[in-house]
Amino acid sequence: MKKPLLVLAAALLAAGAAQADTLKKIKETGKVVMGVRDSSGVLSYTVGGGKYAGFHVNLCETIINNIRRDLKLETLSVEYIPVTSQNRIPLVQNGTVDIECGSTTNNQARQQQVAFALTTFVTEVRMAVNAKSGIDSIAKLNGKTVVTTTGTTSVQHLRKHERAAGLDFKEVFGKDHADSFLILESGRADAFVMDDYILAGNIANSKNPADFKVAGEALSVEPIAIMFRKDDPAFKKAVDDQIRAMMKSGDFEKMYKKWFQSPIPPRNTNPNVPMGAALKAAIANPNDNPMESYAKK
Amino acid sequence: MDLQSKWQIFMQDRGDGVTYVDWVLSAWGWTLSIAACAWVLALLVGFLIGTLRTVPSKPLQWFSNAWVELFRNIPLLVQIFLWYQVLPSMFPALQQVPVFALVVLALGLFTSARVAEQVRAGIQSLPRGQFMAGSAIGLTRPQTYRYVILPMASRIVLPPLTSEAMNIIKNSSVAFAAGIAELALYAQQAGVELSMEVEVYLVVSVLYAVSAFGVNRAMAFIEARVRVPGYVGGSK
Repeated sequence: MKKPLLVLAAALLAAGAAQADTLKKIKETGKVVMGVRDSSGVLSYTVGGGKYAGFHVNLCETIINNIRRDLKLETLSVEYIPVTSQNRIPLVQNGTVDIECGSTTNNQARQQQVAFALTTFVTEVRMAVNAKSGIDSIAKLNGKTVVTTTGTTSVQHLRKHERAAGLDFKEVFGKDHADSFLILESGRADAFVMDDYILAGNIANSKNPADFKVAGEALSVEPIAIMFRKDDPAFKKAVDDQIRAMMKSGDFEKMYKKWFQSPIPPRNTNPNVPMGAALKAAIANPNDNPMESYAKK
Repeated sequence: MDLQSKWQIFMQDRGDGVTYVDWVLSAWGWTLSIAACAWVLALLVGFLIGTLRTVPSKPLQWFSNAWVELFRNIPLLVQIFLWYQVLPSMFPALQQVPVFALVVLALGLFTSARVAEQVRAGIQSLPRGQFMAGSAIGLTRPQTYRYVILPMASRIVLPPLTSEAMNIIKNSSVAFAAGIAELALYAQQAGVELSMEVEVYLVVSVLYAVSAFGVNRAMAFIEARVRVPGYVGGSK
């Protein structure tokens, strides 16, 4: 029983430290703790057996390896900790997680609590539909049933659109993304409205990926970024420099193609999501702007 | 933010012209409708099955025992999933049935097994002589049940039935898993949309408590009205 107590004491001490210095911590312990998600679509997901994969996981692993090289460390072990929407920010704040590589939207409210790297993915809220349904725009949702996942904010964008466009549709809720997709798959809903990478991930992992497609215009645009502790300019610079270098060399786009436009584990299906205009702009001009600056004019 | 302006956020439009107050009232309506419909079904089926468990016929006993064991040995949340996802995928005709009806079936039949057990206990708590007295005055077995056994047993089981009726209000929250916009779903969705989880859960808890207590008072009123002085159970 002594060891957990020691760990707890160490965590408390770490939380008490005023200025974060992740690079120093990495050098001293020879270890990085990476926060990952179990089911954040193509960005971060589990392939079973405590192993994690995805675009953001791959990106972080590359960044960490490059930092190890730059710090001239022989070895640097990576510990993976699965986080959730509820606990990811507290775990980064108290030092349990050094770098979070899931699917966190960079917005102004969160910037008060944590820091974000350069934007590495831009998600658009769109819809997944049955490929044969003929639904290719939000206007065609009139009189249809739309499913979304409880506890997400996607539906708010749709409601605003509904009123602006004079549409009338029925709203149902799935209790998680898998449940929502099942509702679409079983025909109880005509469209599933959610972040595009989650839709793509669910379609790629479904029984018949060819039966579904992501369709329609974007309801909102949100930048997603790697997250770490606030007030640690040295670490932010180290991570940002790696991302910038990858964007410049074209390695970033190669990695995007590897996860979004080629067969991915565990089922070797191709999510087939071409890079959107907003992400292309973020590569051309690397930045860490919050969601608010993406609002439609 | 002072307290008053915090609560005024509930008056806010959720995006399509519906305020959060309108929405919580509609969610409350769904909760009460599911509970009421399921309760009617549970009482009808429960009294039938509970009675069948006490009849001499072996096949009827076997059937009613199987019914009770089937519906009380599977968790309610799993039953909702069976009605909502599994059965419609096996029998496509069920896909046309409204989700509301499927949820009422799931909740009603689950509760019917519990009502049946209480009805059986009520019937078996009566002295055996009641059946004999029925035959002695020339009543058939169904008539004995109708005029002697069930009226007495019902009075005995009113207190546990009150608990069951209150439970069905609270259990209706599983309809959330079938995507019906009742109070539990409202709590989760509106809580996130307003970033006021604590306040929203408080409101929803109060509404559940008020509803269940209302049922409690209604059942107490029925208990008082059907009481027969000096009678088994229900007497003071």
